[in-house]
Amino acid sequence: MLYLVFLTFGLATFWLLMSGFWDNPLLLSFGVISVLLCLFFAWKIEKKYPFHKAISLLPGLPLFWMWLFKEVVVANIDVLKRIWLPEEFPLSPTIRTLPMSQKTRLGKTTYANAITLTPGTISMDVKGNEVTVYGLLKESVDDLEKGEMDKRVSKLEKRIL
Amino acid sequence: MEILINFISAILLVLGVFLGISGAIGLFRFPDFYTRMHAAGVTDTLCTACIIGGLVLQAGFTLITVKLIFILLFTWYSSPAAGHALIKAAHKTGLRPLLRKDSEQEEKSS
Repeated sequence: MLYLVFLTFGLATFWLLMSGFWDNPLLLSFGVISVLLCLFFAWKIEKKYPFHKAISLLPGLPLFWMWLFKEVVVANIDVLKRIWLPEEFPLSPTIRTLPMSQKTRLGKTTYANAITLTPGTISMDVKGNEVTVYGLLKESVDDLEKGEMDKRVSKLEKRIL
Repeated sequence: MEILINFISAILLVLGVFLGISGAIGLFRFPDFYTRMHAAGVTDTLCTACIIGGLVLQAGFTLITVKLIFILLFTWYSSPAAGHALIKAAHKTGLRPLLRKDSEQEEKSS
């Protein structure tokens, strides 16, 4: 139930921010209709794939995003070096299957997405508790294997367990 | 103050454009499909962030800023999904990735 309240509030805020017309009754009523429609679909999906626990994930996100942004910047510099100075910094493409400690679907998706978001590593496949990673550089896959990102996503995931 | 904001915004925009061009050049320089995906990753992540950061500084505290930040958020959420789908499709259809020589064993064991 709390999930629906949050969703209504969030969708209404999102609609108001996107439209920018806050005093036109016709447009506002269209907004109400679209929010209700979205709530209906979300409720139907919720029955099949429960998602309501994900709300407690939100407070942990800003810190995780800041750390992820730092990682993205570092990884970008690594790839940039390979683009502009291919002689000094050669490529070493690597495929490796790494274990992942997340238990929920959301946690696994977050981890695989975080791997793909950092340039230089892409998650190719997720099977059970393993993720197959394709890395542009051997070092970046080694870094991933040390497991700091895995630990951070697991810490984030603890909020919804 | 105005000048400072314009200056920082200009730096961010130039940096974003540079990253975008780097991504495009990497797309041509890298040897095969899989490595090229990583070059495209530069354009997806930091290039978008820099350009949108520069535009946010130009827009100030308005609804446009909110929309720009939403664009960044959605790009960062959707581009990994697209990248994963592309590379998984390539792998499933049997395109062999170019690997470094000592890692052939590693892939077979996995």
